[in-house]
Amino acid sequence: MTARVGVITFPGTLDDRDTQRAVRTAGLTPVPLWHRDKDLRQVDAVILPGGFSYGDYLRAGAISRFSPVMESVIDQAKAGMPVLGICNGFQVLTETHLLPGAMLRNNHLHFICRDQKLRVENAETAWTRSYEQGQEINIPLKNIDGRYVADERVLDELEAEGRVVFRYQDLNPNGSLRDIAGICNAAGNVVGLMPHPEHAVEPLIGTGRTDGLGFFTSILKRLVSA
Amino acid sequence: MTLDTVKHAAQTPDAEQPWAELGLKQDEYERIRAILGRRPTGAELAMYSVMWSEHCSYKSSKVHLRQFGEKAPESDALLVGIGENAGVVDVGQGYAVTFKVESHNHPSYVEPYQGAATGVGGIVRDILAMGARPVAVMDPLRFGAADHPDTKRVLPGVVAGIGGYGNCLGLPNIGGEVVFDACYQGNPLVNALCVGVMKHEDIHLAKASGAGNKVILYGARTGGDGIGGVSVLASETFDAAGDSASGTGKPTKRPAVQVGDPFQEKLLIECTLEVFKEDLVEGIQDLGGAGLSCATSELASAGSGGMRVELDTVPLRDSSLSPEEILMSESQERMCAIVKPEKVDRFLQICEKWDVIATVIGEVTDGERLEIYWHGEQIVDVPPRTVAHEGPVYERPYARPEWQDALQADDAGRLPRPATAEELREQVLKVVSAPNQASKSWVTDQYDRFVQGNTVLAQPEDSGMVRVDEETGLGVAVATDGNGRYAKLDPYAGAQLALAESYRNVAASGAKPLAISNCLNFGSPEDPAVMWQFAEATRGLADGCLALGTPVTGGNVSLYNQTGEVAIHPTPVVAVLGVIDDVARRTPIAFAEEGQLLYLLGDTADELGGSAWSQVIHDHLGGLPPKVDLERERLLAEILISASRDGMVDAAHDLSDGGLIQALAESCLRGGKGARIVVPDGVDPFVLLFSESAGRAIVAVPRSEEVRFNDMCGARGLPATRIGVIDGDAIEVQGQFSLPLAELRQAHEATIPGLLA
Repeated sequence: MTARVGVITFPGTLDDRDTQRAVRTAGLTPVPLWHRDKDLRQVDAVILPGGFSYGDYLRAGAISRFSPVMESVIDQAKAGMPVLGICNGFQVLTETHLLPGAMLRNNHLHFICRDQKLRVENAETAWTRSYEQGQEINIPLKNIDGRYVADERVLDELEAEGRVVFRYQDLNPNGSLRDIAGICNAAGNVVGLMPHPEHAVEPLIGTGRTDGLGFFTSILKRLVSA
Repeated sequence: MTLDTVKHAAQTPDAEQPWAELGLKQDEYERIRAILGRRPTGAELAMYSVMWSEHCSYKSSKVHLRQFGEKAPESDALLVGIGENAGVVDVGQGYAVTFKVESHNHPSYVEPYQGAATGVGGIVRDILAMGARPVAVMDPLRFGAADHPDTKRVLPGVVAGIGGYGNCLGLPNIGGEVVFDACYQGNPLVNALCVGVMKHEDIHLAKASGAGNKVILYGARTGGDGIGGVSVLASETFDAAGDSASGTGKPTKRPAVQVGDPFQEKLLIECTLEVFKEDLVEGIQDLGGAGLSCATSELASAGSGGMRVELDTVPLRDSSLSPEEILMSESQERMCAIVKPEKVDRFLQICEKWDVIATVIGEVTDGERLEIYWHGEQIVDVPPRTVAHEGPVYERPYARPEWQDALQADDAGRLPRPATAEELREQVLKVVSAPNQASKSWVTDQYDRFVQGNTVLAQPEDSGMVRVDEETGLGVAVATDGNGRYAKLDPYAGAQLALAESYRNVAASGAKPLAISNCLNFGSPEDPAVMWQFAEATRGLADGCLALGTPVTGGNVSLYNQTGEVAIHPTPVVAVLGVIDDVARRTPIAFAEEGQLLYLLGDTADELGGSAWSQVIHDHLGGLPPKVDLERERLLAEILISASRDGMVDAAHDLSDGGLIQALAESCLRGGKGARIVVPDGVDPFVLLFSESAGRAIVAVPRSEEVRFNDMCGARGLPATRIGVIDGDAIEVQGQFSLPLAELRQAHEATIPGLLA
């Protein structure tokens, strides 16, 4: 039996089917989860995919965090279950305070879609152990509210504890503080980032690179070794 | 105010009615009275006025559009033809693809963000209504001069609207066009295309049959936005002062523009696909232009029997709306389904799951009338066909304009050409960095091209390509093209050149062209010169489709695109859909491998009429556009497709505006490699670089494939000239100039951000 990875669909989630495909590509079993159901269906890990849940109305992720499914996700995350938030999923995780900080409108005020170079700053989280420390990867970025902010104290703490997981390289696409593209919680099981690893798992599709596959193989390693 | 019921209308035959304000002509109003045998009620008048608008009824264009059916080529691929929400094409392996391009020009000028956003929303619902999952969008856009201050108002708003709506729906935007020309200053063209995929058995049609079946309206509540959008906005000419801003002393037309809610539309998509999946739908229609008037009359007209609607059951955003306003509202994100009574509960359940409001508003009857009631009183009683399908048809007078001869006589061949190699280099840089040829990343980077995880090619590639089947690699490619400058010089040839370019673009990426959709953007049909352009363009397009074997599956006509008396260039935009058996065999434009040989396919003549060069260097439009040879286009496409399938080329790029040098620049920048070009003996380097002769492409051939590739071209009779090699980090035209890629990139990529950012 392979590891089961839950992929949540909120109203307005867009990358759920892509994320399921990426999970499958890495040799795991994707399990669709519905926002109204508290039941996590015995999954071993959970991914909150990208999109515009509830249209990003009010504030990105602000309404989804109150979904019944999130109650279970928060409980499980605190108990150590690996949780990954991609883009809108990252925004939801900050709204739940599983991760600190917030995302504001990009500093240039436009939606931006580009191939983005990142540096893996922490290759020991549940979702990054397939990468080398300091490895550069290139995966798509696409958002309008992607500017990571937090107060200085939080930023210093993240840096000091090695919880900045990804940093933008070459170009900071949105004005994120300290070039932060992704972070994790203190235990390293909850990771959130703005770029989209699920769009970089097949050589023919999207950017033509498979740099994103490591997220999903990381979780496989973790679950198999656990 | 008393309710204007059918009974009341019969009793008050002489009541004054605002038919002129609603955009109807006197004889049209008389005809409505004749059909009904009495004066129409206010609600009936509202319905007829929107449904008989130019936008909905095609009353000026219909007689010409018939050619698309009459001259349709034999095609096994066409599953559903013109007349439905969108045409459907068989792409093999049990899959069907539906696609269509539509205009949202007038609303986008008045209110760029919402106009463009709801343009995307409308075309997506058309595709959805056929039973398909929407899988990609693209937007052919045309704006006024790039450096005009109003372009800075319109373009960023349009682009943000397209992105804001399309990105939120999760549809990859895989191509499109951005063109600048002063002729579009007061009338930008915002066309929107959507592609959807389904299995053959999933095709749904817009008809209401089966007495007793329920009419369910679902999606957003109905509000006061977009009232009369099709009649007072899309079917009228803007005056010279412009209607976008206040200050003209007239009421602004902004309330006639709909307001979009992409989140609601995303829910509508998922909800609709789920009701299709459970086979709960007998017939379906989206609500777009003309709103409920259109959906109820078209469904009833296309089906058997009549329909009875209780209009007061329609969920409203604004409870003060009158029945006329409810019938005319173009509030977005609504659909209308015909559902068997025993399936209604399940249908409503699925809507509830997706938080979509759904209401039974009526039922199919065994009569022949469309009857609409308001709190029990009858306010509409009409034969639905007279509203939806039997509107007025005009044989508008048309005449070749007097100025056409002088325009064609003003030959671009007489324009001064560069005298030295240095001047040639300067002009090359000017052309590739001019707004029309410059990189459009500033625009397309605001669109999500990755979502759904099936995007194989997206801009700036020749066509957008998405994978349809993960197992087999089956995919579809779409390109849109149009060149108003060519069409102004010769509308017949211009339409064929748009078709040829789009066809060539699809073939260059390795896909086989199957069918087309079109968006015909023209000025006022009441001007005989414009009507002549329209007649010529449709004739050219119909003839061209016959010659290339690609039927027209549907499309859209947008008239009254003019400011005061001045019409835009006639701008037929053609979208070609192609199929590729395995997307792994697609051909990108990038020159990526040093040492590969560059072959120019086709013949280059001295053809600069309407060219980018004549526009950029001389601000000139005159002469004749490039000659059209559709047999040659067909042969070129066959060669490009074979070469892709058999791995004989690693890159291909069609040649169109800007000529060879533009294609070289794009392919080199895309691949990050330079090219060394040797001008063949006896060829004028200027003509080689800038001519826009049609039927050409440039390909990169691995050395190991050269013999095989040459043999194939030779055997089939396609001229193939080796003109250089991929090499270095500059475009070097031997004996002329060298242009480092860094300098080229700077020039090509800085223009649009410089103008708009």
